[in-house]
Amino acid sequence: MAKVMEGSRAVAELVRLCEPGVVSAYPITPQTHIVEYLAKFKADGLATYEYVRAESEFTAASVVLGASASGVRVYSATSSQGLLLMTEVLFNIAGMRLPVVMTCANRSVSAPINIWNDQQDALTIRDSGWLMFYGETVQEVLDLHLLAYKVAEQLSLPVMVNMDGFILTHTFEPVDIPGKKMIKQYLPNYKPVLGEVLDPKLPKSFGCFVGPKYYFEIRKELFDNVVSSLKVIQKEVLNFKKIFKRDLSPVEYFGDKQAKLVFVTMGSVAGTVKDFIEKHNKKSKDKLGLLKLRCFRPFPTEEIFKILGKAKKVAVLDKSVSMGAEGVLSGEMKRAFYGRKTCPLIKNYILGLGGRDITSGILGDIFEDLKKSSQSEIIFKGK
Amino acid sequence: MTKQYQALSPGHTACAGCGELLAMRHALQAAGPDVIVTGATGCSEVTTSGYPDSSFGMPWIHSLFENSSSVASGIAAALRYQKKQDKIKVIATGGDGATFDIGFGALSAMWSRGDDILYICYDNEAYMNTGVQASGATLPGTSTTTSPSGAVEQGNMMPKKDMPAIAMAHGCVYVATASPGYPIDIQNKVKKALTMKGPKYIQLLSPCVPGWGFSTDQAVKLGKLAHQTGLYPIFEAVNGQITSAMKVPKPTPSVSAYLELQKRFKHVLKNPQLLATIQAIADANIVKYGL
Repeated sequence: MAKVMEGSRAVAELVRLCEPGVVSAYPITPQTHIVEYLAKFKADGLATYEYVRAESEFTAASVVLGASASGVRVYSATSSQGLLLMTEVLFNIAGMRLPVVMTCANRSVSAPINIWNDQQDALTIRDSGWLMFYGETVQEVLDLHLLAYKVAEQLSLPVMVNMDGFILTHTFEPVDIPGKKMIKQYLPNYKPVLGEVLDPKLPKSFGCFVGPKYYFEIRKELFDNVVSSLKVIQKEVLNFKKIFKRDLSPVEYFGDKQAKLVFVTMGSVAGTVKDFIEKHNKKSKDKLGLLKLRCFRPFPTEEIFKILGKAKKVAVLDKSVSMGAEGVLSGEMKRAFYGRKTCPLIKNYILGLGGRDITSGILGDIFEDLKKSSQSEIIFKGK
Repeated sequence: MTKQYQALSPGHTACAGCGELLAMRHALQAAGPDVIVTGATGCSEVTTSGYPDSSFGMPWIHSLFENSSSVASGIAAALRYQKKQDKIKVIATGGDGATFDIGFGALSAMWSRGDDILYICYDNEAYMNTGVQASGATLPGTSTTTSPSGAVEQGNMMPKKDMPAIAMAHGCVYVATASPGYPIDIQNKVKKALTMKGPKYIQLLSPCVPGWGFSTDQAVKLGKLAHQTGLYPIFEAVNGQITSAMKVPKPTPSVSAYLELQKRFKHVLKNPQLLATIQAIADANIVKYGL
């Protein structure tokens, strides 16, 4: 049964039900409510996890690293500057193949300092080896956390679940939080293998020094495993659907199936885009579609191509930008089409930086612009 | 069949005569097999864990330079969750750079949380693995590659950070210093520390052959002289109170006896004022700790 609940509280409730052994975090807006609720559950005797208060995000990430290496399920959450401060540890967690699950409440990056939403933070660590999921609604964010634990523990890879700061973390939405029994059915207790965790019964060394003779292959193995994780994600999406009757496919398509003009984006703005498209398609001859990514790492290249193979023009709506290049998602989309026989015109719109509203008026302008465009451009569309 | 526990196996790649691995071997051997050890980036990790080999006989993990303490906190939390905290002890280790400098904030937080962890610092008084750069543990007057003695400057001019006092101020239940000049003392202190619940800190002087510039048979001798001159006081403190200190011989050798064996202090011996400054540090230690 759906309950109306704040996004952060819903995430905290869901995490509690996943029964992590160790939670560690450091407060940063807009992640704070999640870790406050997790602390309160502990204080009220509603949770069994150890809650380690860290003096920085760097330490929070290191604490869950150590706990994960000891063979328990772990959780952390952060945002923006906190994620950047964790960067060194995040690469290390992925390289050490630890199934850490973390929520990132997406927020802009300083300077100038700004606490509002965009997606610059997480996309700066896209090369780390973490799997990266993005949710459109609070419900989707919750569901992606279950998928995250399921995939992380099967593959020994860390997963970051992204939710737009404030837009999702601080908004009240109806959500269906599954019961413990249903969660257990999908996500059984974590049982790591002896010899792959820190245990005096079978002492092993972790995080060893690796020279040029082996480093190369170990890094390639990580790359290969992140790429092939898509198959496991797809399998687990099906398992999820059987139990929970909701779809978490790496890509979702919305709108007119024959649309020649397609918007591409990820995160909560997909909701605004859907609303716009629904109204637009009722009255316009030039039908629109939306391709929404739930999974950014691994990048679902083939799935995107299957859907967009016949599109003529694509507008990539980015809430991030790689300075000196273009929007991060836009660059990825172009890579997906490189060398294909059919390739749409891909135009990049940078929107919503630092919490600037993305309105249906803006989306209408983008439609008009895309319709008459004949070349790829990068456009900062602030109003 | 029980195999005899060996904390640190031969075959590691430390320099001949390394004082750090000597100190490490005695400390970790004394801790016994039922421990999990975290390491920090540096010689203690590079020389011991060259993939696919490892010298460590216990579960050991290295993550980064500055998070040995935080990783240990995560392990301790996992052990509490698994209800294994009484059977398995956690030891965090790191060099002086990791401890005094880059990992200082994280270590302070580990102590403040009261985590049941013994932190061992291998103090060789500079960043040795990267080529002998000055750290917060470097003695005044020491010539390092980033505090070289020259025509105008006379080596490091900053005081050595008093980490044992900082540990005591955090409420560590046990704080001690020791030196590979006295290996039984190292073992006894580690064993004692591990009987106590809460945060503990042991600082082990770690003579470094290339970093200090001495011949390979001198690490133990220097470990003794550092103490005997009063320059490296060896003591222990329980719940913030100093409970014992190793006495220096009377008459007490002058610091020159210690400095003259090391290239890092070569210029000091030609500079009476600087020599007097270092002698004053030793004299003050003798008074402060009742050596």
